[in-house]
Amino acid sequence: MVADKPSSAHARESGHPALGQELGPRFRGDERGKSIGSATRLRLAGFARTLRDNGFRVGLAETRDALSILASPVAMRPSSMKAALRALFCATHSDWEKFDAIFEAFWRGRDMRSARSLTGAAIGDKGAPRKVAEAGASQAPGLADQVPRGADGDNAGGRGRREGASTAENIATTDMRHIVDPDDIAKAHALAARLARSMRARLIRREQMRRRGRRLDLRRTIHRSVAYGGTPVELAWRQRKVKPLRLVVLLDASGSMSLYTAFFVRFLHGVVDAFREAEAFVFHTRLAHVSPSLRDRDVARAVDKLSLMAQGIGGGTRIGESLATFNRWHARRVINSRTAVMIVSDGYDTGEPEKLGAEMARLRRRCRRIVWLNPLIGWRDYAPSARGMQAALPYVDLFAPAHNIESLAALEPYLARI
Amino acid sequence: MAPLMNRETISDRLAAAGYIADRDLATALWLMEFLKRPLLLEGEAGVGKTEVAKALAAVHGAELIRLQCYEGLDQNAALYEWNYQRQLLAIKAREGAGENADAIEEHIFSERYLLERPLLAAIRREKPPVLLVDEVDRADEEFEAFLLELLSDFQVSIPELGTITATSIPRVVLTSNGTRELSDALRRRCLYHYVDFPDVDREAKIILTRLPGIDTSLALQVARMVDAVRREDLRKVPGVAETLDWAATLAGLEVQDLRQEPEAVYETMICLLKTHEDRSRLTREVTERLLGKVA
Repeated sequence: MVADKPSSAHARESGHPALGQELGPRFRGDERGKSIGSATRLRLAGFARTLRDNGFRVGLAETRDALSILASPVAMRPSSMKAALRALFCATHSDWEKFDAIFEAFWRGRDMRSARSLTGAAIGDKGAPRKVAEAGASQAPGLADQVPRGADGDNAGGRGRREGASTAENIATTDMRHIVDPDDIAKAHALAARLARSMRARLIRREQMRRRGRRLDLRRTIHRSVAYGGTPVELAWRQRKVKPLRLVVLLDASGSMSLYTAFFVRFLHGVVDAFREAEAFVFHTRLAHVSPSLRDRDVARAVDKLSLMAQGIGGGTRIGESLATFNRWHARRVINSRTAVMIVSDGYDTGEPEKLGAEMARLRRRCRRIVWLNPLIGWRDYAPSARGMQAALPYVDLFAPAHNIESLAALEPYLARI
Repeated sequence: MAPLMNRETISDRLAAAGYIADRDLATALWLMEFLKRPLLLEGEAGVGKTEVAKALAAVHGAELIRLQCYEGLDQNAALYEWNYQRQLLAIKAREGAGENADAIEEHIFSERYLLERPLLAAIRREKPPVLLVDEVDRADEEFEAFLLELLSDFQVSIPELGTITATSIPRVVLTSNGTRELSDALRRRCLYHYVDFPDVDREAKIILTRLPGIDTSLALQVARMVDAVRREDLRKVPGVAETLDWAATLAGLEVQDLRQEPEAVYETMICLLKTHEDRSRLTREVTERLLGKVA
């Protein structure tokens, strides 16, 4: 693929004759009348845009550097040009894995033998390469059976063996499904808020200077001692800095959870209210970001709004896909290293468990702790046997019951520690 | 400035330094020079990410300065520290000589009392060194932000001393094991290379380079066997260092052919398998089955 004579203005400038050849005769035809220099620029901009469409974080600096790569000796060979652009444009392992397919489709669309729907369509069309990525993605799963787990059926089985909810008088031990009295609901809400407050702060290991603390800050002590002739009169200390924990709650509002949704919506409101940094999401078959609606100071209105959003959903839960949406679109913004993610769900997933497992693994890498609250744990003989639950468990730091207020209150010491 | 080394030279010198690189890595290392960007290496533990930095230092004949990150790493440990003992002595001595406090302060906060830590050392060398920021994902976000600033400006300010600008721009290699997601800004700043376990041929070459006395066919068998072991469902997948240990052990036991001595293979597999779970998973039977496949 090495050209023997300079084939373009751009190539002449840079002294590397292969450029025009590498990029193919296709665009000399397309961009008739312009110099290859600007054609290359356009083409490269298209490639950068395609990458962006595929979730790459490509900025102007990268595009500019890519231009200089194209004008450099590595562009003489397609394989090394690809390697160079890959090193430049990729920022994560998933980028790394997607890159080859996108590159092939964009720069060498015609040569792709394995391309399915897009042979021939990839030329200069920014939509086409995206299909490659999608086709690749949807091809991977598909082995697992898609049979919806009859959520209602499972529930009906469970309802008969729930733990002594009806005999208990105390609201704390009453299964939340049975709390109907407004006063009780208010109590539940208050508890949720208290819980939320108890886990608000965590110590971080970085230290800062303090007037009192557990370790001497030598640097500052010496600096201050100069004025006293080297005698450390004023001591400076270092102490661990306390930083607020950020909490992200993902609430399952599917049919199988419907009995608990009302309570947890209250809990969500308490959380968003009490935490300086909290985000709430509700999911069933899709994921919805609900923090804005929850910020309504009027509890009743906020809860009503949210209940409406959470309502009217049948047809199973897609936990894996909802998590994928979360990881793809929200995680980067709402998660940092001192974020705990709390998932409230019964784990009945109608999607593939593999997908759920993979998304849990991705989430695990991003956040500090994952807490999974499962209302079903409170039921006698419950074992987390739902396949989705099984797939998710290895990534969960705290797996706890949440079927009544007592069980939630019992969480307090654990939550305070995460 | 030295002329840009081309990709083939980098490949050759890597090999001379005992690092068997794939072509793409050589391209990435070349690109580091060409674009003056840091290189971020990701990959599973044990694939030889740290080795890349060592080899890069050898390629350029540069010094390797290493900063190992950990949770709670702060600027004191990474950038600079004052030599307190000497400062205290100097204060006493100068006070005795009747100097005033301002003069003493000026004196004890001078270069003589400054202890360089890796990051400061890396930007104050005459000849650009290779700076390895190892396991950057273990440090916290504040440190990452600070690192990013250093990597774009190549200057730091020390309150008592003023701004220190880089004498030379180091070649920076960052490694991450992916225990925490790195910030987009840092990723954007860096070139990226995903280091995978070497394929059989490359691993055999690595064994031959590192253990020069070893028999070629044994090296190939070991590489194949390790490749098969990695495909098993293990908790801790053996890395290249483990492969080398194992190959050295087998060579030391004068094993010629793995198939002939399944017992020795089974017993020495402790070089590869570092958890009880993995050890009990690869039973004698499984080992023999794998041996049958690789031979």
